[in-house]
Order: sequence, then structure tokens, then C-alpha cells
Amino acid sequence: MFPAQTEYHRPNSVTEAVDLLASNEGAKVLAGGHSLIPLMKLRLVAPTVLVDIGRIEALKGIEATDGGLSIGALTTQATIAASDLVNERAPLLAEAAGMVGDPAVRNRGTIGGNISHSDPASDLPAVLTALGATLKVTGKGGDRSVGASDFATGLLENILGEDEILTSVSVSSIPSGAGSAYVKFAHPASRYAVIGVAAIVGVSDGRCSSASVVVGGVETTPTRASSVESALLGSDLSDEALDKAAAAVAGDFQGDAMSDIFASAEYRQAVAAVYVRRALAAAVSRAG
Amino acid sequence: MTTRIFGSGIRRREDPRLITGRASYTDDIKLPGMVHAAILRSPYAHATITSIDTSEAAGQPGVIAVYTGEDTDGVLNGLPCAWLIPNSDLKTPDHPAIAKDKVRYVGDAVAVVVAESRYQAEDALEFISVEYEPHDAVLNPKEATQDGAPQLHDDVPNNVAFTWAVAGGDAEAAFADADVTVSDTITLQRLIANPMEPRSAIAQWVSQTGDLTLWSTSQNPHIARFLTSVVTGVGEHKIRVIAPEVGGGFGSKIPFYADEAIAAFCSMQLGVPVKWTETRSENYLITTQGRDHIEEVEMAATSDGKITGLRTTVYAGLGAYLSTASPGVPTILHGLMYSGSYDIPNISGTVYGVFNNGTPVDAYRGAGRPEATMLIERLVDLMAAKLGMDAVEFRRMNLIPKFENGHDVATGLTYDSGDYHATLDICLNAADYSALREKQAKLREQGRYMGIGVSTYVEICGLGPSQVAGAVGFQGGLWESAIVRFHPTGKVNVMVGSSPHGQGEETTFAQIVAHEVGVDVDDVEIIHGDTDLTPMGWGTYGSRTTAVSGAAVTLATRKIKEKSKALAAHLLEAAAEDIEYEDGKFFVRGSPDQAKTIQDIALMANVAWDMPEGMEPGLEASAFYDPPNFTYPFGAHLAVVEVDPATGEIDLQKYYAVDDCGPQINPMIVEGQVHGGVVQGVGPALWEGVVYDDDGQLLTGTMLDYALPRADGFPDIHVQSNVTPSPHHPLGLKGVGEAGTIASTPTVYNAVMDALRPLGVTRIDMPFTPEKVWRAINSAQNGA
Repeated sequence: MFPAQTEYHRPNSVTEAVDLLASNEGAKVLAGGHSLIPLMKLRLVAPTVLVDIGRIEALKGIEATDGGLSIGALTTQATIAASDLVNERAPLLAEAAGMVGDPAVRNRGTIGGNISHSDPASDLPAVLTALGATLKVTGKGGDRSVGASDFATGLLENILGEDEILTSVSVSSIPSGAGSAYVKFAHPASRYAVIGVAAIVGVSDGRCSSASVVVGGVETTPTRASSVESALLGSDLSDEALDKAAAAVAGDFQGDAMSDIFASAEYRQAVAAVYVRRALAAAVSRAG
Repeated sequence: MTTRIFGSGIRRREDPRLITGRASYTDDIKLPGMVHAAILRSPYAHATITSIDTSEAAGQPGVIAVYTGEDTDGVLNGLPCAWLIPNSDLKTPDHPAIAKDKVRYVGDAVAVVVAESRYQAEDALEFISVEYEPHDAVLNPKEATQDGAPQLHDDVPNNVAFTWAVAGGDAEAAFADADVTVSDTITLQRLIANPMEPRSAIAQWVSQTGDLTLWSTSQNPHIARFLTSVVTGVGEHKIRVIAPEVGGGFGSKIPFYADEAIAAFCSMQLGVPVKWTETRSENYLITTQGRDHIEEVEMAATSDGKITGLRTTVYAGLGAYLSTASPGVPTILHGLMYSGSYDIPNISGTVYGVFNNGTPVDAYRGAGRPEATMLIERLVDLMAAKLGMDAVEFRRMNLIPKFENGHDVATGLTYDSGDYHATLDICLNAADYSALREKQAKLREQGRYMGIGVSTYVEICGLGPSQVAGAVGFQGGLWESAIVRFHPTGKVNVMVGSSPHGQGEETTFAQIVAHEVGVDVDDVEIIHGDTDLTPMGWGTYGSRTTAVSGAAVTLATRKIKEKSKALAAHLLEAAAEDIEYEDGKFFVRGSPDQAKTIQDIALMANVAWDMPEGMEPGLEASAFYDPPNFTYPFGAHLAVVEVDPATGEIDLQKYYAVDDCGPQINPMIVEGQVHGGVVQGVGPALWEGVVYDDDGQLLTGTMLDYALPRADGFPDIHVQSNVTPSPHHPLGLKGVGEAGTIASTPTVYNAVMDALRPLGVTRIDMPFTPEKVWRAINSAQNGA
């Protein structure tokens, strides 16, 4: 395919990248290219300036922090999926990163690009919301931190300013004794999530001591399943308790469920309960 | 030479270059002075063009020329349809390469920009201003025939391009007298062929000599040469068509397209080579699609389980224009196969070929036969269920008994040979059918929905006798020719008119030559795909290349063997009738130590120092093979699925394919064809399908939306075979390229419907996406 002409820059630092964004209206950041390039090929977007941050080494890598992890925005899904540190401290993120697209996508696609695109069918926004991740954003005015749940504002829309780049993602370790799972109803063609459920369930003395459940793919931004979480908390996590909790997800959708030729809004919301149930079962089985 | 080469699963010699990405395709070719074309396509499915202004585009950087339908009008002839089925009142409305007054599908060519680079050509497209007056569009092939539907072509009332009928026996009486009847409406959705290589063409006009060379992604370069001549007016003798490496076609590279004609036009106008290559998005919009049937079908039977009749009314969508072979696909290749593998004495079918505002429809792997097999196998399952019989037992009762030399069916065809019960038994044993039924019963008690689907198919291959081709309106022959040429060193070139593009005949044809005259298989090189280098042939499609072109190779090689015998007799000072042949050696009976090898013979024939009187020098032979009948491969497939009623998701758990394509030259390649075919046929059952909106906009315009089958959707495919030779073929071969595709769609369809039977679901349109299955279950459960 043949995208429209664009001016290409490859800055070596975040400061340089931010300067380029600030001085070129309509500039777009290019990272792994797996969201932007397909749109450019179809000429659905035609940025006048491309700022390729792919060679900024400072944005790559995974570090242990006090109580969690910090992941550079340019870290690929494949690196995250294979990371011992991520598998140990935030196994939910490693599991989900390993389910993004296919191997070729995971080898090029980055966590920062994935989040910055704010595709509601993407796997990682729901997962980072469930993990309570903090996103670091850098712009002309310096750095700021945003909670994962506050990042996306709508379909392909988020709080990033014109001159801002998502630079890193901080995640806390899941509570000891908690189990987590990401289960996904993948679109047969795109492998994006028609429904993706991220669940973290803490267990103490046979009862649910903490719960974080977020559903992606159904609405334009990740849906926190508060009703499911409330139903779980304090429950004995029996099959009946999980059935009841999963069914409660129907009350959590805010009325902006998406619909397309593959899956209607009605179907997504109805089947979400099944996937929530599967996620809860998997998370509970991994707890302890 | 001790290894038996015929029947040996040697590796495909094509593969190293293909799988390491070092093969050279049309788009890889760069000619000196070559320029690039990009085509502006209609964004409307149905509209009148009120004005086109190309002036701004003409002034863009790098732009050499911009042409519209006004420029090609009167210079290029319309694109011809080459399958003019008789007795059908076929209408052939004009199909200009570039639309002039009206556009009829999204993707119809409106203008072409030629520029120094493809990027410049694409950029300039955005500066062409076209004003359209949009009209209502119609996609559903049945609705398109109704009064008041949008009319695509002025001279085609109700969009009916043809009405074709098939009849045998007395279907009316069979239904009137039937104990039991079943009926259904089956939709076979449009499918995109999705070859890995999109289409491409380079046209090079040399004005000094008047020669036109066309590099083209064609499955049939000789037909492409003929049609290029028809459209451009350049004589066939001044046209060379080269199909270099072609990366799959599945039928979509049979037709001659507007794009090739446009490239030729541009080169002839400008005097420089012009390349056009479609993007994947263009491939989805303009390259011919498959199927698009609405089939209203019914079956009659006696209460003790004997099928007595079949009736069909089929609305076959053709798209906006007739493609090269499109009228023949839903008629000759479809309706004549209504008997399937069963003894059905009374058959009557009507097929309406219908224009609709979509991409033209033409042959796609299986071409007409999957659409026939689907309706037969579905009706057989429905009838078995209605009679309370096991679907397999019902099939067994109605399958045509074993025959070795001809069996007439009600549609007028004579099947060559068949042993349908044998492939069914092998399949059932492999799958342990009774154990599967027991397991299904147990799972049902647990509220789990396992389904078992079977299809016992027969198909028509080896197209075909040229006399029949003429009788059914195909505007050409269907024979093949081959030249086998021995060089002095005993190495061999084989030139064939067919044009394999992934099927492996560079390997299997070499195996035939090695088998026939005992040369090393690696000493045989197959040359194809260039009209200046190869003898005439009608191309690679319809599982015909090995069956028809392979027979020509066989016959030519046998001529070599006869001449070699005569020359050996001369050199050994013996009578020709005393010469024996074994493993590449010719010797006097009883004296094998005094043998002349085929290499000795090749050397002597080429140097011609000592030839018998009257024998011409050289060791070369050509043969033309026109098959006396079609071939009819067959088999039995079985699938096991489990449906999750909570989500409608389908898990394909087991797949068994037992095919009989006659003797196998290379079983590994046969197995590969079955694998690929099965996968391509399961696709439309579970995932694949073109979706247009009401305005004719393609909603499945990329691979993000159009769900191709993937490896992780399949269990291991269990492949077995049986061998029933064709009685009329020199090697007994039948063909296997489409078998899997023909069998697997109804196999999986039947498995899913079998799983859902206890839930009361009676029909779902393909593809069986989870939501459709979920809704069908819900409405059946709610008594809707």
C-alpha cells in the first residue's frame, strides 16, 4: 500500500521528540507501528510529520520498583510476556501481553503504542486498569502521572496533549495470595478482544479479600465491574458465588456498548458474563 | 533408479525458492523506463457519472498521463465473457475496462493515472474530481430479480442475466408421490479468494515491432493472450503473455480483468512499459469473488429411506458484470452435479444468474461444486433426521454402488468410476463413528452439545472433453499439450501449456517423465507460464492440470519411449519387437547386460551419427490430450465439533478426510492439497464471508474484518485415501485440488447442525459466527 507523503524524524531523546511534536501541528508519534501504519496505508490518517521514537533507548526495558514494576513505553508485548519479573509481580500483564495479536504483532508492538492508541478492543487498557497502573506522560511542560482508568476518554481518544508522549507504565505487584487471569474472546480476524476480562482476586481464609475486575472490548473505554467486585468481596468463592458475581456484570455497563458486523452490543454484554465467570474461575484457581 | 518414483512423496522442488522468499513474481519485475499506473475506483456501488475533471491531477508531480473511459472508448473493446451457456437467454451487457457513463460496484474503474512512481500516481488520484449521481444498490441475488429492484443494465430486465435449467427423470411426479419431503433455504455467502500474491500486470508495447508483452498473474496465460488480443485488437501472434511465479489464485486469476487491459492501453499510448499492481484493499474490492448463492431446495424420499427426487431454485449472484467464466460456474459446474454421490432418479433445477452491485463473481476453489455438494449433503442430513435414521446409514442406502467403468446420473453426466461405500467405511473406521455417537449421547446427558457431521461427496474434474466444452458454450477447448525434449546429455525439458502456480506440477510432471522412461527425476525440468516458450494449453483450474496436462506429458513421453525403442533396436542390431525396456534401459530380450540407456539413446538421437533409415534426428515429442470424459474424484469426510450454548462458540475438535483421486503421483502433495482444501472449505462454514451494507459498501474490506481460517482453529486433520483409477485416463488420475474445499463446508455445517439438533435449531446462515449460533439457540429455546 501507498501512504501519503510524510516528513519523517527520528529523535534520539524524549526531549527532542517532545520538541518535534510541539513544533509540528498534526505530528504523530510512531513506535512499533502496529496501530498507526495500517491506518496510514489505508490513507485513513495522513500525518504531515512522523516522529519515530523507536530508537530512544531510555524508553525501553522493565525495572523492579519498590512494590512493583516500571515498564518503558517502548517495551514490546513479547518482551513483557517473556519477562520473569512481570510474570512474578504482575502475571496478569504478562498473560495478556502474550495474547495480543499474533507473534509478529507482539514482537513489534509496544505497550506505550498500544495504550496511546486507545483502541477499546485492545487487551492492555483493561489489564492496566485492573492493575491500577499509573501512566507517566511527558510533554513540554514536564512529566505528569495519570491513572490507567483515567487515560482513555473515548473511542481512540485519550488525555494525551499534542506535545505529549506516554513514556512509562508503573504497576504494583498483585497482593500476595491473590490470583489473576485474563481471558479473551478474540475476534476471528483481527484477534482484538471482542470481550476481554481482567480479574485479580485476593483470597484470605477461604473468602474473597480483594477483587479487581475490568472488562474490555464491550464499551468504548474499559468497564470496571464494580457490581462483580462487590458481589465477590467476602464471598466464599464457591461456584454459586462466582456464578452470581459474574451475572452481576450486566449492571456495570454504562450504556455505550459497541456493535459491529461480528458482534452486537446486546451479544457482547450478554456473553461478557460468561467470560467474567471464566476469568474469575481461573483467577481463583491461581490464588493462594 | 531402484526407487519407485511414481507414488513417491518426494519434496516439492518449487518450495525452497517459494518459502525463502526468493521467487520472482510479476511485481518484482523492473523494466527499463517502466512507469506506474494507479486506478481511481468508484466509491459508489451504483451511480451515474455526471462529470470527470482530470486537469488538476494531470499537473501533479511525476504524472505522465491521466485517462478516463472517454479515452479508452473505441480503442479498447469491452471485456468479453468466455462462457456463453446455451439455452439460457444469456445477456452479455457491455463491460468497458474503464466505466464511461455508469458505475455498478464499489471498485469499478473510473480513471487511471500513469506516473513515474506508484506513490505519485496514488497521490494524483486524489486530484481527480468526479461527480456522481448515486442510485439505489441491490446485493441480495433474489431481491435483485424482484420487480422494482434497482436495474444495473438497461437491457437486462430484473437483472436476470440467464435462466438455466437441468432436468432428469420426472421430479414433479417424484414429489407428488413422495412419502416424505424436506426443504431448506441455503445461503452460500460471497467469499474472497485471498491468494497470497495480489494481482499484477506489466504491459510493454514496442511500437517499432508492434509486439505487446504482458506479464500477468494469470492461471492461464494462453487464454489471457487470446483475450488480450480481443480487447486490444493486437494479433495473437504479436502478443506474449508471461505468468512468472504466481502466488496462488484459487480461481481468482482465471479471468481477464479490466486492469490488464488498462495497463496494455496505457503502454500502447505512451510507448513505455506500464506496471499496475493491486493493493490488498483493491484485491478485496475488485478481484472476483466466489459463491453468492441463495438456494431453495427440497428432497423427496420413500418412508423406508430411498431418495426419489431433488428440486432446486437457485439465485446465483454474478456481481456487476459477467466475468470471464462466470455463467458456467453456477450451471455446468453446479447444476449438473445435483445427483452427488447418490442414486437420485428424478432431478429438476433452475438457476437464475443475477447481476447485483457487488464485485464480479467467478470460479473460486471448487467453483459450483461446493454450492451443489452443500445443498445435497444438507438435504441428505435433513431427510435422515426426518426419517429418524442415522445420517450415515441413510447415506449408505442411497450411495451409488461401486462401478468401474461408467455410471449415468439423472443430470446427464456419466461418472467415470467410483467406490463410495469404501471411502465412507474407511472414514467411519478411522473416526470410530459408533464410539463418537456413544460419546455424543453421554455428553448430551451432561448438557454438552457435541456434533458429528459427515459428507460423502463426488466432484467433476479434469475439464474436459473439448466437444463438451463447445456444447456447453465454453468459448475454447479444454485439451492440453506438452512437448518433451531430450538434450544430448539426457537431460529433459518439458514444455506445458498449463500454468501451475503452487500446485506442485514442476515436481509431479517430472515424476511422470521419470516413471515413464527411467530418467532421474532431477534431470527433468518443467517449463510453463510463457506463451512464447510453451505450446498451447487452456490453463490451471478445476483440478485439471495433473489430470489433463499430466496426460499430455505422459503421452508425449510414451512417444519418446517408442522412438527410443526403435533407435535402440537399430543400435543393438535387433528387431524393434525384440527390444525390452526396464528402468531406463533398452535391451534385446534375454540380454540386459547389452543395454542402451535412455541417455545413450538421447545422445545418439541428438548427434544423429547412426540413425536408422528414415528416422528423424532428435529426441523430442509433443502430444495433445483431449480427455474423453471428465474425471469424478470422491470421498467421505467427517468432523466433530462442540458448541458452547452460552456463547455460541464452536470448537472444531476432529476432522477426518478420506479422498479417492485415483492413483497418486506424489502422496505428500495430495495430502497438502487436502489439508489446504479442507481449511479453505471450513472457512466459510465457521468464519469467512463478504459483508456489504445496503448501499453496497464492502464492510469486510480488510483482513481485520474478513476472517480467514487460521491454523489454531484446527485440530490435526486425519488424511487417508483409497484408489479407484479412472478408466479413461492414461494413468488413471482424477485430480485433487478442490476436493477438500468441496467436502469440508457441508461436513462442518452438518456437524454444527447435528450438535444443535437437541436445542431445536433448524437453520443458521453461514458463517456460523458465535452470535448467530447464540441467537439461533435462544430463539429456538424461546419457541420463537
